[in-house]
Amino acid sequence: MDVVDQIEAEQMRDVPSLRPGQTVRVHVKIVEGEKERTQVFEGVIIGISGKGNRVTFTVRKISYGIAVERIFPLYSPHVEKIQVVSSGKVRRAKLYYLRNLSGKRARLFEDDRYRS
Amino acid sequence: MAGLIGRKIRMTQVFGADGSVVPVTVIETGPCVVVQKKDMRQDGYNALQLGFGHRKIRRVNKPQQGHMRKARKEPFEILREFRMGEVSKYEVGQEIKLSDLFKKGDRIDVTGTSKGKGFAGVIKRWRFAGFPAGHGTHEAFRHGGSIGNRSYPGRVFKGKKMAGHLGNERVSVQNLEVIAVREESNLLLVKGAVPGSNRGILLIRQAVKGN
Repeated sequence: MDVVDQIEAEQMRDVPSLRPGQTVRVHVKIVEGEKERTQVFEGVIIGISGKGNRVTFTVRKISYGIAVERIFPLYSPHVEKIQVVSSGKVRRAKLYYLRNLSGKRARLFEDDRYRS
Repeated sequence: MAGLIGRKIRMTQVFGADGSVVPVTVIETGPCVVVQKKDMRQDGYNALQLGFGHRKIRRVNKPQQGHMRKARKEPFEILREFRMGEVSKYEVGQEIKLSDLFKKGDRIDVTGTSKGKGFAGVIKRWRFAGFPAGHGTHEAFRHGGSIGNRSYPGRVFKGKKMAGHLGNERVSVQNLEVIAVREESNLLLVKGAVPGSNRGILLIRQAVKGN
């Protein structure tokens, strides 16, 4: 572990271990002018990338019929809390194929190994 | 004002106070030791010669050993001069620490030796656009085009941008922001990129512009 790893480690907080296929509720801090509020973004993790303090994860959801994807830095101070709602059974690290599926085919089935 | 000699470790990112992601270069720097004072009367200019790092004694020749011993027992890896207005308040052997010169929010200039790119063509070296991939172009996709006219002027102008050696030269980046100073580990976090490869030697000075 060198000095740069230490700098990165200082910025890393305790977060739940995330996996692709999980449905998560991400509590995002939003600053509007001087006001601060928290917004919840709930969707499926379709990819995790990076290491150290540079980890980001992509969450996809269907909002009023429009697909929305947001990429969050895992250790960003704006990401206040991450709740894992369910864990889907997937065989791939990146679930980009979900983008081409809709309706019933875009479902993920519960993975018994990660049921809490 | 004096500067410091440092070594680029590598880049990473930190989160800013407003939650934004800030790209930073981590530089190991200081404490640098004053090895020699150059003054107007004897040398014709004012400067401080600073030493940085460590080198094994048997790797340093005798004249240099003697020169460096005036400041410190073990030889330095590198000596560099910094031009100064006034050198009288410094002593040979004095350590200049990171926190003496820089603090968070300061603007600095960083000088280093850029990465060598070898013999590079005009697209990489001068950002020429090259030729279209289609429409009949053949054998000239990355060429620079014409380099001049005909019998008038009958020569190629000096300074014409052509292929040649790129990189491995002294480069300064001005007005970089100091994101953090970590005195206990002698680390400086600078916003953005600095010239050269990881483990390359850097000179760090207060910014000449923008302060």
